[in-house]
Amino acid sequence: MSPRRTDTGGRIDRLKTIRFTFDGVAYTGHAGDTLASALLAKGVTLFGRSFKYHRPRGLLTAGVEEPNALVTVLKGEVREPNIPATMVEIHDGLVAISQNRFPSLAWDVNAVNQLGGKILSAGFYYKTFMGPVIGPLKGTRFWMFCEHFIRRAAGLGSAGSAKDPARYERMNAFCDVLVVGSGPAGLMAAKAAADQGARVMLADLEPRFGGSTNWSGETIDGAPAAEWARRTVTQLQGRDNVRLLPRTTVWGYYDNNTLAALERVSDHKEQPAKGEPRHRYWAIRARSVVLATGAFERPLVFPGNDRPGVMLAHAAERYVNEFGVLSGERIALFTNNDSAYRAAVALKKAGAAIVAIADVRSELSAEMRKLATEAEAEVLAGHAVVATEGGKAVSGIKVQRFDMLTGALTGDERSIHADCLLMSGGWSPTIHLASQAGAKAEWNAARQAFLPPKPTQQWPTQQWIGAGAFTGSFSTAEAIAEGRAAGLAAAGGTSTPAALPTVEALPGDPDPAPVFEIRAKGKSFVDFQHDVTAEDVRLAHREGFVSVEHLKRYTTLGMATDQGKSSNVPGLAIMAEALSKPIPEVGTTRFRPPFAPVSIGSLAAERFGDLKPERLTPMHDWHLANGATMYSAGLWYRPMIYGLSGETIEQAYVREAKATRESAGIVDVSTLGKIAVQGPDAATFLDRVYTNMFSTLAVGKARYGLMLREDGFAFDDGTTWRLGEQDFLMTTTTANAGKVMQHLEYFLDVIWPELKVHVTSVTDEWAGAAIGGPKARQILAACVTDTAVDNATLPFMGIVRGEIAGVPVMICRLSFSGEMAFEVYSGAGHGTHVWEALIETGKPFGLVTYGLEALGTMRIEKGHVTGAEIDGRTTARDLHLDWMLSKKKPFIGSAMMDREGLIASDRLELVGLIALDNRPLNGGAHIVEALDEANPHGSIGHITACCYSPALGKHIALALVEGGKARHGTRAHVSDPLRNRFGPVEIVSNHFYDPEGTRMHG
Amino acid sequence: MLITCPYCGPRDVIEFTYQGDGNRERPDPASQNFEAWNAYVYDRLNPAGDHNEIWQHSGGCRAHLRVVRNTLTHEISSVAFVRGDHGSAARRKAEDKP
Repeated sequence: MSPRRTDTGGRIDRLKTIRFTFDGVAYTGHAGDTLASALLAKGVTLFGRSFKYHRPRGLLTAGVEEPNALVTVLKGEVREPNIPATMVEIHDGLVAISQNRFPSLAWDVNAVNQLGGKILSAGFYYKTFMGPVIGPLKGTRFWMFCEHFIRRAAGLGSAGSAKDPARYERMNAFCDVLVVGSGPAGLMAAKAAADQGARVMLADLEPRFGGSTNWSGETIDGAPAAEWARRTVTQLQGRDNVRLLPRTTVWGYYDNNTLAALERVSDHKEQPAKGEPRHRYWAIRARSVVLATGAFERPLVFPGNDRPGVMLAHAAERYVNEFGVLSGERIALFTNNDSAYRAAVALKKAGAAIVAIADVRSELSAEMRKLATEAEAEVLAGHAVVATEGGKAVSGIKVQRFDMLTGALTGDERSIHADCLLMSGGWSPTIHLASQAGAKAEWNAARQAFLPPKPTQQWPTQQWIGAGAFTGSFSTAEAIAEGRAAGLAAAGGTSTPAALPTVEALPGDPDPAPVFEIRAKGKSFVDFQHDVTAEDVRLAHREGFVSVEHLKRYTTLGMATDQGKSSNVPGLAIMAEALSKPIPEVGTTRFRPPFAPVSIGSLAAERFGDLKPERLTPMHDWHLANGATMYSAGLWYRPMIYGLSGETIEQAYVREAKATRESAGIVDVSTLGKIAVQGPDAATFLDRVYTNMFSTLAVGKARYGLMLREDGFAFDDGTTWRLGEQDFLMTTTTANAGKVMQHLEYFLDVIWPELKVHVTSVTDEWAGAAIGGPKARQILAACVTDTAVDNATLPFMGIVRGEIAGVPVMICRLSFSGEMAFEVYSGAGHGTHVWEALIETGKPFGLVTYGLEALGTMRIEKGHVTGAEIDGRTTARDLHLDWMLSKKKPFIGSAMMDREGLIASDRLELVGLIALDNRPLNGGAHIVEALDEANPHGSIGHITACCYSPALGKHIALALVEGGKARHGTRAHVSDPLRNRFGPVEIVSNHFYDPEGTRMHG
Repeated sequence: MLITCPYCGPRDVIEFTYQGDGNRERPDPASQNFEAWNAYVYDRLNPAGDHNEIWQHSGGCRAHLRVVRNTLTHEISSVAFVRGDHGSAARRKAEDKP
């Protein structure tokens, strides 16, 4: 006998067949099924192998709290591990596989771990791999060797390494009332708040709103509860002030009522619609929040409680009422409370035989006895299940007489034949979000549960209001009343008496008997997902772990992906018993976000993939059309090389750099940060910001400037052009443009508000092209009108204004490449026009376009610094820029730059390196005095930038090396064990090429 | 966390950049008092309670704000422009124009 689909009932659409595979086997299910319900309907009871012992495991629950049935879903090359099968909606083409088994789920070699149960108990890792290895393996890495196998044997699903092509997005939302949970309480709250005119958001992690109405079998206002929920949802759907978010898990509750939610937008579809994200991350700012998150049913702890076929009572009720799946044919129940009787009745109605109801309580109410009779079940009051029988599925149970007060088991064991055992250990309100918001849960002895405190409306307590099972009110009638009141209060309305929907429900006492564990021989699981047994908890206590936080960490109870949703309270109860203390004195752990696992992609959202913002220079399209290989630098895209067909990157940049030095080259420099610094005090301000003087700079001239941070380290460099008496154009490095702007604004706003200066970011206003090389001036002369560009009109660091192809341009003669060079700036909109005119004019002169690689090569040959050298750890002196430190004035950083440590002689200084073995060098490689490949150590510095230098015909690099200058002319070695690159280098000056600057000065 | 920018209104904290302890005082630029400079660059108050902080509304008007925030509760009790007359007519007198 096995589970099966019923002929009628449930939310599924029996006319729609869905095809999917699990572990390579093809199955069918129906629209509306979860992977769990579809497989269960086909008689599958074995879903996974447990974390440590590789025990066979089946479905424990039907919802988000599922600890056992974790699967990996494959989408192409992308694998998502550890998803509860209960949360996977099936669709055509779904491919899911089981986890933590080898070679197969049914035959798992690591199941031998069960035999070693005594050894693999709590604290196994802490005890086993301590101390020195002794005996014949002494001195070996034996522990590391063992770890490799143990880590492989113990675990959950494995992550993939394929790039996830899915789109993720982030949404900011604001509302007056956020209702979390859409059971009777949540629906009533949303409706009441919406009726008040409040902007309402209603989120539920299930695809279908209604919560327990979908499976309770109750009646509301004369109709099936699910029908009432559907009607209420339809009413809400039609309203402008309500936003419904199904498949949306609210997972974080932060300050100022900011909540984080994950909407699974298209996981349930075979193909997402065009542009549709896979997941959407919602950042919701709510004026008030109604928490109607319900409660989780708890398992009972007894030997064999993890065997496939042992399930929570309400889960079976859900499978039969919501999905039309019977979890067994001969079903037994084991309970400490009344709620299981309702499940018995529902399953009987659907066609199962209820063989027995074992209840730990010896006194049962007449109402429960009546329900048992209705279910045609034998009632075993004052009995407990002491064992389950069967291999990979339950075939029977053993019961024994049980005394609730003493925990004693008496009399003979009796075997009962059953293919499914349902258990109910009471209910724990889902207080996770309230706990995250700072609420301290209070133990309620009657409910045997932690309940949220009554919220005080004082700062910083969040403005949440609870309703329904979340508050410990487990009946639907109470949930409806509390939901309406919460919705009204959250919307700022006053509670007025109104006719509430009437509920017809089976009777039941919400208070369970205080029984959590049946102590009999065998493994009794508390935390199913992390394989923590009751004996592990007691062992931890015997070994001296008293605090619940320590207990958690030592046993790993509640630390798996389900975060102890089902195991928290039973674990605490067993610990309390061991300590002989009442549960509230042992305490509870605080819940942290996230409530349920969140995809990393949703958190990264638009920072990756096709929604990532891009910054493109005005000439971007031209670069693409002319064969540029683009390189992303921050948000910018810049040409790396303009490769000819068949060229390697190195061949391309060597050709580009060579041509520039022989005739001329042009490069797009529009990405440089540009800041207009204007006002009567602009020159004074620049004197304070830069280490060198700018007040002495003549109008129409530019100067290279260096900025330090307040602590005296180098910050950024660039040229600043004086366009007028009170008008400067500052350029910054591409990477630091934003930081420099913020730096300037801070000093103007906070430190020197008296300075009359305005700074404006104009990076995007200007297009820039740098044209350099022996023929650069001739090219300019041939296309620039309205000004001369000869040495007298445009000397080194001079600025002129003119026109190119009818467009106004500003030209500054400055050089990064070391050649005679000019930066031509035009309005961004004219950028391509000017660029094309320059290239057209340059053709007869042999002008080439060059990219970042050639730019970098020429700057390395010249020994200029960039962000690789100004790395936040170097000073002006380290970079041989001390000539720029004015002694005539204080500037930012001047007071701190002469500290002892910053002028020490053993600091890393900028040097040049030449590879003596004529092989390429690597950025980040270490420099050592003496080479020891087997035991690399003794770094005296590292390479910051490297290239093949066409000018020198050698592989060269810039490096930061201890002592720097003093080592010029000496030999050292590169030591790069990660890339296996070792070899001799010569340390030289960083000015490799034309150190006197005769080329650029012309 | 919401910060009410006096210019832009209540905005989420992601629009702002924290610019440090607002109690620091920058020594006179010409000062060689190393202790004072060291305190300015490195010392930060870390009170459990109200803290005087500087935040820039970098995703908005870009003004620097003096924010008094309770570090235990995130309650913000006051927000003001660091530059007292920010945005006022006083800064934009006709004779200031270049």
